Parts: sequence; structure tokens; C-alpha cells
Amino acid sequence: MQWETVIGLEVHVQLATHSKIFSGASTAFGAEPNSQACAVDLGLPGVLPVLNEQAVAMAVQFGLAVHADIAEVSVFDRKNYFYPDLPKGYQTSQMYHPIVGPGEVEITLDDDTTHRIRIHHAHLEEDAGKSLHEDFHGMTGIDLNRAGTPLLEIVSEPDMRSAKEAAAYLKAIHSIVTYLGISDGNMAEGSMRCDVNVSVRPKGQEAFGTRAEIKNVNSFRFVERAIAFEVERQIELIEDGGKVVQETRLFDPERDETRSMRTKEEANDYRYFPCPDLLPVVLDQAYLDHLRSQLPELPAEKRERFQQALGLSAYDASVLSASRDMAEYFEEVHRVCGDAKQAANWVQGELSGALNRENLSIANSPVTAGQLGELVQRVLDDTINGKAAKEVFQGLWHGEGTSADAIIEAKGLKQVTDTGAIEAMIDQVIADSPAQVAQYCDAEPEKRGKMIGYFVGQVMKASRGTANPQQVNGLLKEKLDALL
Amino acid sequence: MALEDSHVRRAAHLARIAVSDDQASGFVEDLSRILDMVDQLQGVDTDGVAPLAHPLDATQRLRADEVTETNQRDTFQRCAPAVENGLYLVPRVVE
Repeated sequence: MQWETVIGLEVHVQLATHSKIFSGASTAFGAEPNSQACAVDLGLPGVLPVLNEQAVAMAVQFGLAVHADIAEVSVFDRKNYFYPDLPKGYQTSQMYHPIVGPGEVEITLDDDTTHRIRIHHAHLEEDAGKSLHEDFHGMTGIDLNRAGTPLLEIVSEPDMRSAKEAAAYLKAIHSIVTYLGISDGNMAEGSMRCDVNVSVRPKGQEAFGTRAEIKNVNSFRFVERAIAFEVERQIELIEDGGKVVQETRLFDPERDETRSMRTKEEANDYRYFPCPDLLPVVLDQAYLDHLRSQLPELPAEKRERFQQALGLSAYDASVLSASRDMAEYFEEVHRVCGDAKQAANWVQGELSGALNRENLSIANSPVTAGQLGELVQRVLDDTINGKAAKEVFQGLWHGEGTSADAIIEAKGLKQVTDTGAIEAMIDQVIADSPAQVAQYCDAEPEKRGKMIGYFVGQVMKASRGTANPQQVNGLLKEKLDALL
Repeated sequence: MALEDSHVRRAAHLARIAVSDDQASGFVEDLSRILDMVDQLQGVDTDGVAPLAHPLDATQRLRADEVTETNQRDTFQRCAPAVENGLYLVPRVVE
């Protein structure tokens, strides 16, 4: 039987506020345990939450970026459950009136096809603390620094049909939140994690199959692997006459499998009710208009502009717009050198190669966009040839000079375009190579084109690589053919 | 719903509240009256009435995103039964 996979994602994005969603404690990562957990975060008696305006603004910015309806009135609810890293006994979340309503995200797959993935809603909530299960004399250690950190939970519709689409969707969300600057998107530090809902159904069937939810998947690669395993498991189960049960599963990256955590029978009843400590959040049109006017150009718009206005290929445009750092770097190189295609080639070629080799992100590149732009400009205006340009790039990379011009000067890489100087070098080479000249003259005319390579090499060597290769070629041919 | 003495004792135990035998019977009566009132509320026809998020006719005030709290871990941990390396210790949690 032909099976179809149905996937929906719940993505938790940690918002990049300085303080927590309901308290003035810091959200900085990596502090001493419990040094950033204040009375509100600890749920001590008598404390009251006060909502962080920046968390609200960031949620709205996301909503605007995915063309969602923003709720004029949104309400916080209490999600009640008992766990020691949740000292209040409930998580403040938004169940019935989330701040961001239905929207959509466009994803692009490797084969350049685009798909629209609908977003059901996105809501604000607080993160819980962290339980450390290492052995503390048979007890569990609790660090509440993360408790109260603002999260935006983005819930998609079950619109994805393959692991690749799910990964592309996650990347699209990552790219939107980092462009907006509302999250650092650092998956390794848990700034972005996702729960994956997966089910299968016979191809052509309308009704969805029973789904399993895979919790806490924290990398793009793991999303694909977890889904691949889970789809296989469900199909095998059904084909063997079994039934998928609705349950929560955990992905184990080391064993590359998902394992059952709890089934629906044991599922919690969260007893949601409106939080009496928080009033409804009301946003007016002027506020939304203001935030809309502050939105940066988003990845999809950038990709479109790189293709349409700058004439880049779909592939180049999508690579260069994937992250905001990459896009800004490329645009600066382009601004300085004036040639989009060359700028794209250098950023994706020489620069990306060097960054990959040393495992650096583009934000930490030792060569600035301005320096690279100037270097490309010197190639375009024929100051240096392509070979010298690579040498200048290495010079900039290793800090041998602060600008392309300084390195060109210091290393004497300036291209020789003075015809007289090149002719003198050619004359010398011809005079020094009587045997090769004789061979050239005796050869069949169609073979001479290849034979000229030897002379070009000699002239380039004589110029220490600085002669303009096209000029050398043309002049050599003239002079050699004159000897026939 | 009729409450019994045992319900009150169990709730008191879970909430770690000391309740004497004399007090317990009084609580049975008081709490039962509250539950009766809830029953009464549930009898009201609320079809077509929008749920009320908050009884106050006001909207949420927002605060600026500034860190205003300092580290008071030592003070907070003085009332914790067990701490180590800055962590609160609780009976082991098994998933």
C-alpha cells in the first residue's frame, strides 16, 4: 500500500528579552544555578506577575511576519500540573485566546518548489526550570533560572507531508525569528525546540491517522531522523495488523529511535482556566501599525529581491538570504564592489570555504564585508588578476594587512596592463625559447592554440603572476604568428 | 457533592496544614457550602454568554523589559529543606 505522512510542528522559541516574561529577573544564559530566580519565578506567596512589553512586541512582530491575524484581546490561562521545576504548580500560558491567530509560512525545498504551511496560532507562555537528575544523594537538583523565560509557541497546521518539508519549515521559522531579532535561535542552548506530531494514512484517504507526538527535538537533523524512524514504525505496525496509539514519544538521537513516554490514557488533565493575576492584553491598531512599520525585510522578500533586482540564480538567492548575517554580509560586499554576481561568488566560494575550514560563523569572519568588497572591486577594475585576488584574500584572512589595497601594494601584486612592459617580457621569452618557437611554427595551425600555453606560462612567471592573462594571450599570439 | 471528614483530612495533609479534630468538622460544613454554591452556578444557562476572562473592567499594564531583580538566592534558600551547589533538592523525580 502507498502511505502518506502527515506532520504538524509545535515550535517553542525562546524570546530574546533581557528580563523574564512576568518578572524583572535576568534571562542571561549560563548563570550560577538559581541566581536569576526571583520571588515571582519561585512562586512565593503574595507575588504578582507583570507582563513584559517586549515579549508582547516580539510575539506581535512574529505574527505580522507570517501574515497572521493579531488578537485585539488575548488572555493568559493557567495550565496546571505538578512537577518540581514548576514551583507555582501551573504554567502561565494562552489556551483560549492566543496573541497570534492563523497565518502562513512559505517554505522552499531543495528542488526549488515552494509550499505554503499554515500556522494555526502562536501563543506566549513561560518556560519551566530545569531538573538535574544526576545523583544528589538520591535526590533531584532543581535550577529555576530558566523558570519564567518568555517562550513563543508556534503551532502549525498538519500541512507537511515529508520529513524534508518539516525540516524546511523549521528552518523557515528559524530564519524568520533570527531576521526579526526576536530570538537568537540557538538550538544547542535550547532557544528553539520542537514537538513533532506524526501520523500516516493510506494515500488518497481524507481522514487523518492516529498521531504520535515526539517531544523535545532540538536540531534540524534530528527532526528529519525522528520523523523517518516514526513513519517507518507506524507503517510497519499497521501493516502487521497493529494499531497506532495516541501517545507521547521521545527521540533518542544516540540510538536513532523514538520511545514511548506516556499514552493518552495517562495524559494529564491540565484544568486550564483564565489567570486571575493577569488582565486581558488589549492591543490597538496604532500599536500594530507602528510595529509593522519597524519590520525588517524578511527572508522570503530578500530572496525574491536578490533574484529579481540583482539577477542572482534561485539557488544563490536562497543561500545568501538564509540567515540575516549572511544576507547583510553579502549586501555590504555588493554595495562596495557594485557587482552582485561577483559578490555572490566570492561570499559563497572563497569566504564560505575558509569559514567552513575553520568552523567559523560569518559573523566572526576575520575578513570584513567591506574588505572583501574592496578586494572584489580590485578584480573588477583589473588592478589584480584572479590568482592574485586569492592571495590577497589569504592575506586579509591572516591579518597581513587591513585592506586589499595595502596587501596588493605590500606584495607587489598589481596587475601589469602596460602593453609595452608585457611586450618586453614576451620578447624576452621568445628569445629564450628558440626550440619551442620552432616547434610552434612547424605545428599544424589547429594545434598551435594549445602550444601557446607554454609561452603564457613563461610570461606569467616572468611577471610573478601579475600580468593580465588575457593581454598576454592576445599579444603572444600576434607576435608568434608574425614569426610564421 | 457531600464532603466527608476524610476528604478534609486528606486535603489538609496534602496542603501541609495542621487541622485539629474540632476544626475538621467545621471545615466539612464550610467547604460543603462552597461546593453547593458551585452546583448552583452550574445550573445557570450560559448559552450564548461569552466567557469572562477577568471580573475587572481593565486591561493589562505592561512593564519595560529591564532587569530589576538582584541575586537573592541565599535568602530564598534559607526556607528550603535541602540545597546543594545552589540547587534546590527534591525527592528524586522518575519519568
